[in-house]
Amino acid sequence: MPTRPQTISARPERAAGQVPTADPQGTAAPESPGFVYAPAPEATDHVRLRDRYALFIGGRFEDPADGRHRLTINPATEEPLAEVAEAGPADITRAVAAAQRAFLSWSRLAGARRARYLFRLARLVQERTRELAVVESLDGGKPIREARDVDLPLVAQHLFYHAGWADKLELAFPGAAPRPLGVCGQVIPWNFPLLMLAWKVAPALAAGNTVVLKPAETTPLTAMLFAEICQQAGLPDGVVNLVTGGPEAGARLVGEPGLAKVAFTGSTQVGQEIQRTLAGSGTRLTLELGGKAAHVIFDDAPLDQAVEGVVDGIYFNQGHVCCAGSRLLVQESIAEPFLARLTERIRRLRVGDPLDKNTDVGAINSRAQLERITTLVASGVEEGAQLFQAPCQLPTRGFWFPPSLFTEVAPSHRIAREEIFGPVLAVLTFRTAQEAVERANNTRYGLSAGVWTTKGSRILWMADRMRAGVVWANTYNRFDPAAAFGGFRESGFGREGGPAGLAAYVTLK
Amino acid sequence: MSAPSVAKTPKLYLGGAFVRSESGRVYPLGLVNVPRASRKDLREAVRAARAAVPGWSHRTAYTRGQVLYRVAEMLEGRRVEFIAALGGGRASGREVDRTLDALVYYAGLADKLAQLGGSVNAVAGPYFTFTVPEPVGVVALVAPEAPALFGLLTHVAAALSGGNAVVALVSERRPLPGLLAGELLATGDVPQGVVALLSGLRTELVPQIGSHRDIDAVDSAGCPPELRRELERLAADRVKRIVPASADGTSPGHRLALATCELKTIWHPVGV
Repeated sequence: MPTRPQTISARPERAAGQVPTADPQGTAAPESPGFVYAPAPEATDHVRLRDRYALFIGGRFEDPADGRHRLTINPATEEPLAEVAEAGPADITRAVAAAQRAFLSWSRLAGARRARYLFRLARLVQERTRELAVVESLDGGKPIREARDVDLPLVAQHLFYHAGWADKLELAFPGAAPRPLGVCGQVIPWNFPLLMLAWKVAPALAAGNTVVLKPAETTPLTAMLFAEICQQAGLPDGVVNLVTGGPEAGARLVGEPGLAKVAFTGSTQVGQEIQRTLAGSGTRLTLELGGKAAHVIFDDAPLDQAVEGVVDGIYFNQGHVCCAGSRLLVQESIAEPFLARLTERIRRLRVGDPLDKNTDVGAINSRAQLERITTLVASGVEEGAQLFQAPCQLPTRGFWFPPSLFTEVAPSHRIAREEIFGPVLAVLTFRTAQEAVERANNTRYGLSAGVWTTKGSRILWMADRMRAGVVWANTYNRFDPAAAFGGFRESGFGREGGPAGLAAYVTLK
Repeated sequence: MSAPSVAKTPKLYLGGAFVRSESGRVYPLGLVNVPRASRKDLREAVRAARAAVPGWSHRTAYTRGQVLYRVAEMLEGRRVEFIAALGGGRASGREVDRTLDALVYYAGLADKLAQLGGSVNAVAGPYFTFTVPEPVGVVALVAPEAPALFGLLTHVAAALSGGNAVVALVSERRPLPGLLAGELLATGDVPQGVVALLSGLRTELVPQIGSHRDIDAVDSAGCPPELRRELERLAADRVKRIVPASADGTSPGHRLALATCELKTIWHPVGV
């Protein structure tokens, strides 16, 4: 196949950011020769990336005090995209101070005025949606189809939804005199970089708070574009501050004394450290942590749809999803035919260039994550589970892992207990609904669960008993700003979305 | 000379029974020997509470409300005894009245919680989506030191109205009204194990609550300030939810009940 011409328009001097030029998608299964896919590259000539990004503090781009930067790379090619500032302690303290100053006026601004700014942000995101989607895909490795059709529409919707709350807080909390909290320190993960930013920033601003947000170290770029959007929107200086950096910057931020609230999305381990850091401080905290969701398929389920649901549940975003349906529980009577259909479907997943519009599964976000996935998959093989992997040719450069599935899994296996955060499904079986519930709940986590059956009463019975904050019935991985999202047990506490999400950003009488 | 009165030995309320601490330890309070619950007592209480959660949380909200109302009826019938246990006088009478109000409040709240905390969500797609509060499970309550009866039963009733089981540390300095409240629960149709009432030393028991592996949430209303940091630090091991002490002290309200609830969002496609 032809080499793809690739440029990032504002930076013709450097070919960095280029997506794989070799054909990475020799993924059509040998036994399905019917389809030949021509390359369908997403245009990137409209994307303007700078060589270097500074911190966004007090409405201005400011270089870090100690001048350190780190490279952010394209995980599909390992080529550099841009240098991004590494926030040090002094920078973070300065950002919190800027947010504190901004809080004095932002919190007093009429709700309807705050709403205007949020609506503007939503519109600007919509205007620049394709550019943001491309950068999201470049920086994080996710398929452009998902960035374009899932991440970005939800980002705009979150901003729009919460804009509408800004002048209606008294309706959300009647008689409780809702008041903003102050400066919110927010730390977000790399799996949905801009969407997580929107989940954090939109409710905080709507309620009258100001924020200091740290994007993930491997995916800072769309946040920096969002900083430009804040400037374009004329958002008052210091209402949104963005400090890029690694785990030290995150730890520093959540320990800042000037914060009224901390919100974190990421691993359970880091969430626990934050909970310990804030113990006894009175700082408000919400945590959205790991998961090991059960995806339960009953024998009366619509099998073709359930197969699509299972695939979407675990291979969406390369499985880098905290609510991924990573434990498949199939009723024993249909296990064999169901798995036959499922593996047939997995064979046809197209793995490769994230910027190709036909790609189903993109690049693993980082080398570290690839190593974690590889280690856990090796443990599955070692513990005796049977591994099936889609027969696909992976590109030689970049970070890749084929869609994988384990059968013969015991509940005690690491692959059945630990969050893999990759495209790896562990299959278990059950006989009765009661057993399905017990197996589904046999986990330290409780973020999400799925159930497929045509029997309505059984859906509600299962939904009632599965200990998870979100239950998808006959669907999976649906998100909406109006619907509360968040976990039970060690998947965290607090909700995002809906009035419950707003409640995390107000103090009530 | 009249016969000496028959004094009641104070006991823990644990697994639906009135028992002394398995450790055999007591702490003195005037002339009374108060059971000093041990780590093992706490474990037993949590075990019984965990076992009681499925049954209690799946009673209808209407039934839970009636049970709480029955507890109020028990208190009304024994108000003289409780006023005496609180030390007598008008202040004690007022505390019993407030406690009755709180019990009746939560009796009437149980079947409103889903409407107050839940929602139908207008999502941008062909899905029916709703959010409902569910009990978090086993709640450990560090009851306020004072008011000893009102503080305890307000927080217990709030957690029960949402369908939780509660393991409560009663007031350390004034434990007797709280321990006596076990008799209201036992005769008020609260199922066995749903509530445990433990007396003991907070310095000893609060950290054990923090580190216990099978407690889902801690209502820290009465946690001594010097123990709060350690409690919250230990609670992080299981990502336990901490219900903070309210700024204005204990006042009954639906938010106190929702503070020991999780929210669950359920999605289903709409189609033919």
